[in-house]
Amino acid sequence: MNDNGDIREEQVADAAGGVEGVPPAAAETGPAPKLDIRNLDFYYGNHQALKDINLKIPEKQVMAFIGPSGCGKSTLLRTFNRIYSLYPNQRAEGEIWLDGQNILSKDVDVNLLRAKVGMVFQKPAPFPMSVFDNIAFGIRLYERLPKADMEERVERALKRAALWDEVKDKLHKSGAALSGGQQQRLCIARAIAVKPEVILLDEPTSALDPISTARIEELVMELSEDYTIVIVTHNMQQAARISDRTAFMYLGEIIEEGETDQIFTAPREEKTQAYITGRFG
Amino acid sequence: MSAPEATGERPKHNPLTETLFKGLSLSAALLVLATLGAIIAMLVVGAWPALQKFGFFRFLVTAEWNPVTETFGALTPIYGTLVTSAIAIIIGLPVSFGIALFITELCPVWLKRPVSTAIELLAAIPSIIYGMWGLFIFAPFFSETIQPWLTDTLGQVPVIGALFDGPPIGVSVFTAGIILAIMIIPFISSVMRDVFETVPRELRESAYGLGCTTWEVMWKVVLPLTRAGVVGAVMLGLGRALGETMAVTFVIGNSHDFNIGLFWPGNSIASTIANEFTEADGEIYTASLIALGLVLFMITFIVLSLARLMLARMAKTYGGKS
Amino acid sequence: MNLYARRKFINAFNLTASVLTTLFGLFFLAWILWVLFARGFAGLDLSLFTQDMPGPGSEGGGLRNAIVGSLLITLAGILLGAPVGILSGIYLSEYGRGTWLAATVRFVSDILLSAPSIVIGVFVYAIMVAPLGGFSGWAGAVALAIIALPVILRTTEDMMLLVPDTMREAAAALGAPRWKVILSVVLRAARSGVLTGVLLAVARIAGETAPLLFTALNNQFFSLDMSKPMANLPVTIFNFAMGPYDNWHDLAWAGSLLITLVVLGLNVITRAFLRGKKQ
Repeated sequence: MNDNGDIREEQVADAAGGVEGVPPAAAETGPAPKLDIRNLDFYYGNHQALKDINLKIPEKQVMAFIGPSGCGKSTLLRTFNRIYSLYPNQRAEGEIWLDGQNILSKDVDVNLLRAKVGMVFQKPAPFPMSVFDNIAFGIRLYERLPKADMEERVERALKRAALWDEVKDKLHKSGAALSGGQQQRLCIARAIAVKPEVILLDEPTSALDPISTARIEELVMELSEDYTIVIVTHNMQQAARISDRTAFMYLGEIIEEGETDQIFTAPREEKTQAYITGRFG
Repeated sequence: MSAPEATGERPKHNPLTETLFKGLSLSAALLVLATLGAIIAMLVVGAWPALQKFGFFRFLVTAEWNPVTETFGALTPIYGTLVTSAIAIIIGLPVSFGIALFITELCPVWLKRPVSTAIELLAAIPSIIYGMWGLFIFAPFFSETIQPWLTDTLGQVPVIGALFDGPPIGVSVFTAGIILAIMIIPFISSVMRDVFETVPRELRESAYGLGCTTWEVMWKVVLPLTRAGVVGAVMLGLGRALGETMAVTFVIGNSHDFNIGLFWPGNSIASTIANEFTEADGEIYTASLIALGLVLFMITFIVLSLARLMLARMAKTYGGKS
Repeated sequence: MNLYARRKFINAFNLTASVLTTLFGLFFLAWILWVLFARGFAGLDLSLFTQDMPGPGSEGGGLRNAIVGSLLITLAGILLGAPVGILSGIYLSEYGRGTWLAATVRFVSDILLSAPSIVIGVFVYAIMVAPLGGFSGWAGAVALAIIALPVILRTTEDMMLLVPDTMREAAAALGAPRWKVILSVVLRAARSGVLTGVLLAVARIAGETAPLLFTALNNQFFSLDMSKPMANLPVTIFNFAMGPYDNWHDLAWAGSLLITLVVLGLNVITRAFLRGKKQ
């Protein structure tokens, strides 16, 4: 990533005048950031939903966004694969660097970006097709594989998502026939199958029962060995359990970001303290 | 499991496919607009020779329709169209309201679906079937029973009595109006029902909570709130009635004589075109028929536009569907 | 009578009237269906489907050529109207959502949906029959396509809008380009609904008479040539019913029953389906 350093340095110097606002701790620990967000503003029409976000997300770790509803945590997540651009009245300003590329710039192919940055949504959204085709759909978008290879890829993705044993006999049944927890793991498998580098999870367990939730949490921690994971959650315990770093957001701003342990045991900001002790939100 | 394999370069999707598909769906949408534009343009161009010869206004108010002397005026068919539609609305509106009231407020749940489906099926019956039934069954029945009764009662009332006059042959402007009424009832009542159901439950319940009767809830709470939608429903039915062709052609009698009496045979714009278009010889004759089509299209266009605007206004109020 | 008794009376009176109006509507449905069966059922035999139309005054005969002609014209009408209807429906629900262009197209389509079908017949006469020098099955098919188009457009849009946006987002998040999201995921999820719209359009155009009067015209003989005037059930029923022969009248009733059974059958099926879909 460093070969792009000077280009970025220049643009950053232009836009932000240095690395101000980045906590010293973040600069020292962990590997080089996978995602580097600089001076990000976001608008729904005329309403500004994100204000001057600056954040580095380290590679192959779990980063959690917490905060009361409406604080902008999902909005921030949705800028990382530019899924917001499906809607004409939503726009982002600023820079988000991924592997030396500013993904907000106009000439970025959003489809390629989204193949690289996978996403799992709040409600499981299996496509109206078989379990097998749900997984194969994403693979076929970018690769033409012989049947045997395709079967292997699907199997591998399902195994990775800890779903294989449950669905190996119903691969050709409709994806909608699975239980809610299975559907959500199917969606994770579908995202993994495309071989992304980053996986975005938008409250992935909020529609699930506690047992399914536990399985997904386990899975997320496992996946963080190979993928950079960003998760939005309204559940503070969940963030504490599975994330390496946590960012607390309030009213469209990042109030505090740091190691998860530090955020939950020794928050520096008063608002963070108030939120994690349940005094608001 | 291994780390994600090096992804390498993914092939870019050809942006041309996206442009092509978007263009294709856009052109389909534009084709819809173009169709309407072409219909209007064709009607104006086709009607031009007649409008030039007779003048638009004179064409509208002339009752004579004579292929031999090539003198054409639209008064009789316009009168027939308006009168049959008016009869249809006068009969169809209260009946449709009653049906919508029954389905939304009175009907037991298990009966709701069968009743509303049955009423909607009335709209699905092809108009030629209404024509057959009207000509062979309803017209004779009407001229033997209802018509004499109407002549004996309403026909004796001064002034409006003149309307209930004519020979007992069954095919008449009035018969056509009744059949149109039956045809538009399902349209009006189903839109009314949809519109009534958009009224929030809390409003109904709070009215009942004050001790209102079912009728009072309907008449004093639901109806005032949904007035725009109800007017839209009626306009929609009116649009149907104005343009209906086959059912009217069978039973209206197809006479170009202008009569005030509703029991006389008459003509409507649509039935005149249906009967004479293929036989019309000569530029002026054909152009006059197309001019009739233009008049009909203009009237229905205005009525249907108003209907849609009213329903859209309604939908905006309650987020219901038009 | 005190005020409360008066209110109760008005209520009872009007509610009774409401029940009566419903019975009034149902009565006509029953009457029409009863007449169709009583007069048409006798004629629904094999010869109806195997023999062609009889000439004036002759006995026997069937409606084979009219039935085949109607099938061909209706099929061609749907094949012309459905792609345009589905594509424009896709435009309204996907690319054009919220734009003034989409709103205009929806408005115009709603106007076309209720426009007098006779005018559409005149229109097709002017753009096809007159310039190409003759009535033809194709002209009839185009007229029917114009009538089917708004029905299919509206249902397609409604059905595509029922597919939740999360489905679109999930597909886009995998890196699928927009067209692929629409065709492989959204349209696929909505396909049974879209198909229902197409069937509804078939039901709508199968009995249409007015637009065929000066486009397909009619033909006493069996023909599969869509570029020539073509026999079709609705116009045949019209001509036979207006004709003076009892044999013609019987055939007209049998044809009417046939069309009504097909159209009502399609309606019952599609309505049941659409209702299930929207709840």
